[in-house]
Amino acid sequence: MSAVYIARATTVAARALDGEMMIMSAKDSTLFTLNPVATVIWQAADGQTPLVDIVEKKVCAEFDVAPAEALQDAEKFVGDLANHGVLLVSKEPIAAAKPVAGAKP
Amino acid sequence: MGALAGIAAHTLVIEIGGVAVLVRTGSAEFLGMLQARYSGFVNSHARPLCELEVELVPPGKISDEDEVAVRFIAGSWLIERGDLRVTWDPVSGQGSIRQSANPYSIDTALRIIHSLILAKRGGLLVHAASAVRNGKAFLFAGVSGAGKTTISRLAPPDATLLTDEISYLRRNGHGYLAHGTPFAGELAKVGENVQAPLAALFLLRQAPENKIQPVREGEAVRALMESILFFAHDSELVNQVFESACDLARRVPVFRLSFVPDHRVWELIA
Repeated sequence: MSAVYIARATTVAARALDGEMMIMSAKDSTLFTLNPVATVIWQAADGQTPLVDIVEKKVCAEFDVAPAEALQDAEKFVGDLANHGVLLVSKEPIAAAKPVAGAKP
Repeated sequence: MGALAGIAAHTLVIEIGGVAVLVRTGSAEFLGMLQARYSGFVNSHARPLCELEVELVPPGKISDEDEVAVRFIAGSWLIERGDLRVTWDPVSGQGSIRQSANPYSIDTALRIIHSLILAKRGGLLVHAASAVRNGKAFLFAGVSGAGKTTISRLAPPDATLLTDEISYLRRNGHGYLAHGTPFAGELAKVGENVQAPLAALFLLRQAPENKIQPVREGEAVRALMESILFFAHDSELVNQVFESACDLARRVPVFRLSFVPDHRVWELIA
């Protein structure tokens, strides 16, 4: 299977509140609240790291979950957010991702 | 004067939340209707930010849009619903409304134009009742049936009702000011044209006992986003509205107000 790269869309607004990551989809005005696993994926979506590496090196390192199961869940999550224009998905590395909310420039 | 050249034009300046809108119409009768509806909010001395020319047409379908549609096309906002068509250039402030001679269509147009202006300025229109007591404003938000009309109806004599339907919030220093609006709900009572610093936002829920509980920031933002009036599919403005909701939830205390629908609930609000 070819690598999949994901990047945070530059047009969305995201805020970390009370330990929850909230993301506003400007495309359809949907507000998402991410769970801790989804937050890790969102924060790692730099457009340069393949999704499979994010799952193996970030998700599986922080949470007690099997890689295959985690990847399956991650692909579904990524697909959902991509449909709302919140994440960009490509088979090639993606140039610019939105900075992580709260990160210093 | 454009379309009104050659006929008498009647004007009215309606100022809500410190934002004045001049309405121009060729119909003295329609102007009279507006003067009556917005009586507490007419200010002929205010400098208008917008000028809207009303073209009155016979009752009937004006647009194919069943729901309100708000789009930004070629530098102007286009607002459409079955009963109205509005164009408004936010840079020049000039716009036009095509509608029949009824007060409801222009009410919708004003709400949406104010929501667009406020979004740019860090303010919000919220589907909520609001009132002033002891110099402080309190906002009461909730889904339909949660009790906005009920708590407005139960307000004691020393409380000033800003609105039972649409609350108007503007950034002011480190906080927010709540302004009265003429946008009435079930009470069919226009709010008082006054303002006060926003002291708290209450998320309403009718219950067997009166109780106030603090709400976490994330929950407050979710509740606010469900109550904010904003129709434009514009990514920049949608993000600004979200940022404003986050800002408000950080600056203003938010509580869940469970209440029995009688006057005692106001003992908790002061």
